[in-house]
Amino acid sequence: MNLAEIQGYVYLVMTIVMVGVLYSYIVYLYRSEKKGEKDYEKYGNIALDDNIDSKPIEDMPEPKNEK
Amino acid sequence: MQSNAAMEYDYSIVKLFMWTTVIFGFVGMLIGVLIAAQLAYPELNYLLGEYGTFSRLRPLHTNVVVYGFTLSAVWASFYYSAQRVLKVSIAESKFLMILTKVHFYLYFVAAAALVVTLLMGITASKEYAQMEWPLDIVIVLIWVIWGVAMFGLIGIRREKSLYISMWYYIACFLGVAMLYLFNNMAVPTYFFSGGLGSIMHSVSMYAGTNDAMVQWWWGHNAVAFVFTVPIIAMIYYFLPKESGQAVYSYKLSLLSFWGLMCVYLWAGGHHLLWSTVPDWVQTMASIFSVILILPSWGSAINMLLTMKGEWNQLTENPLIKLMVLASTFYMLSTLEGPIQAVKSVNAIAHFTDWIPGHVHDGVLGWVGFMAFAAVMHMAPRVFKREIYSKSLLDAQFWVQTIGIVLYFASMWIAGITQGMMWRAVDEYGNLMYSFIDTVSVLHPYYVIRTLGGLLYFVGMVMFAYNFYKTATSGRKLETEPQFKSPMA
Repeated sequence: MNLAEIQGYVYLVMTIVMVGVLYSYIVYLYRSEKKGEKDYEKYGNIALDDNIDSKPIEDMPEPKNEK
Repeated sequence: MQSNAAMEYDYSIVKLFMWTTVIFGFVGMLIGVLIAAQLAYPELNYLLGEYGTFSRLRPLHTNVVVYGFTLSAVWASFYYSAQRVLKVSIAESKFLMILTKVHFYLYFVAAAALVVTLLMGITASKEYAQMEWPLDIVIVLIWVIWGVAMFGLIGIRREKSLYISMWYYIACFLGVAMLYLFNNMAVPTYFFSGGLGSIMHSVSMYAGTNDAMVQWWWGHNAVAFVFTVPIIAMIYYFLPKESGQAVYSYKLSLLSFWGLMCVYLWAGGHHLLWSTVPDWVQTMASIFSVILILPSWGSAINMLLTMKGEWNQLTENPLIKLMVLASTFYMLSTLEGPIQAVKSVNAIAHFTDWIPGHVHDGVLGWVGFMAFAAVMHMAPRVFKREIYSKSLLDAQFWVQTIGIVLYFASMWIAGITQGMMWRAVDEYGNLMYSFIDTVSVLHPYYVIRTLGGLLYFVGMVMFAYNFYKTATSGRKLETEPQFKSPMA
């Protein structure tokens, strides 16, 4: 097997691995939503309801009282 | 900090960057048309002595459209949309009010200095990084100021979650900061040679092949973090807002974001295929370039699907038309780029006119259209006036679309013709064509390219006029439009 051939196989394997990594992230996103851990889609409304007096989708936590 | 005293967003800084978008767009594209004409008619090189030659004007064109037009549109959009998605006004912090003004004026001074130095022929001779070392320092300062303003706004926000656009703006800030510093490491020769030569002159800290690799690490990522990442930030805000439709899939936007971040930084080596850089670097760059299709198309398809069930808006609203076509051109150029980065295709495409053809279907279609749409979406909200003319905006869209098609179609044909002619050999292995043979064959395509560029520039003039009239004499609005921008 010459160098060009090895490179060809590495090219193919790396491409498949990277596509696999990206797709596993999709699975992670969908799973966490299905389990009820996250609701990603509500964040899309941040752009639509963006007046300064609009209610935030998620409020900032109250600052802790300093001792 | 989070007082409710200022209950309005502050757009003073947005207005300033909107004006520079228009001014730099006009100047940069005018120079672009001139240099396109110079390639078709070389005698046009001698209009203004040394200041009018292609070699002086070409870097001026790229720098003014990249760092003038595009960055102004990015910053106008950032200061507008960041306030809104974070639900905090810049006016709530005196420090930020001052800092953002310093950002603008320092940027304007640096831009003016860049134009003057490039016209004088003072250049570091690195593509998209021509600025000499004193200007580099000023640019680092501007970038730091933007970063402080960005994280300052984030620090006083009311909305806990950062909208996807903000992630892209942060990536733009961090990506450019890192790459710019590395690529512009240079030695000012005056101080290390006992006062010899010009104080402006410097040499890169890297040599030979290493210099080439660092340069294209930056060069391609100028495309990534100036022409792609912040423009995606813009479309993720402006398309949903203008159409009244939430982004189709927020999850897909996250996937595309992390995909783009992991992959883009490794693709720069595709500018050096078939050169003296190590073979494995070339192969790696080629792989990462092909993988880039996934996150790029993820964003683009997400945008198109955002219009699901609302495609009627495409016929009714020129801003939606601009953004949908911008997204489509993004798909086209992010498929074309990886194809060019495949080694066998690159053997024909490298150094040919197909490359500027590829760049321009991306920048004219994707970056330009998105910048026009963003500025026109902001104008009624910022100036509290209706957009001056819908028909002018529509006409601009068509004139520029025809211009883009003429531009990239002519360059595709020219590039492939050129690549094939350079490689053609006769039965004895001798080259069949001399360089001047290719030049003669390409002339008609250069003329068509000039015409395409001219049409795009005419569209830019229409846009500038429409923007000026909107800002100064559009019908006054009583209330801020929620979604669709009002236009006469």
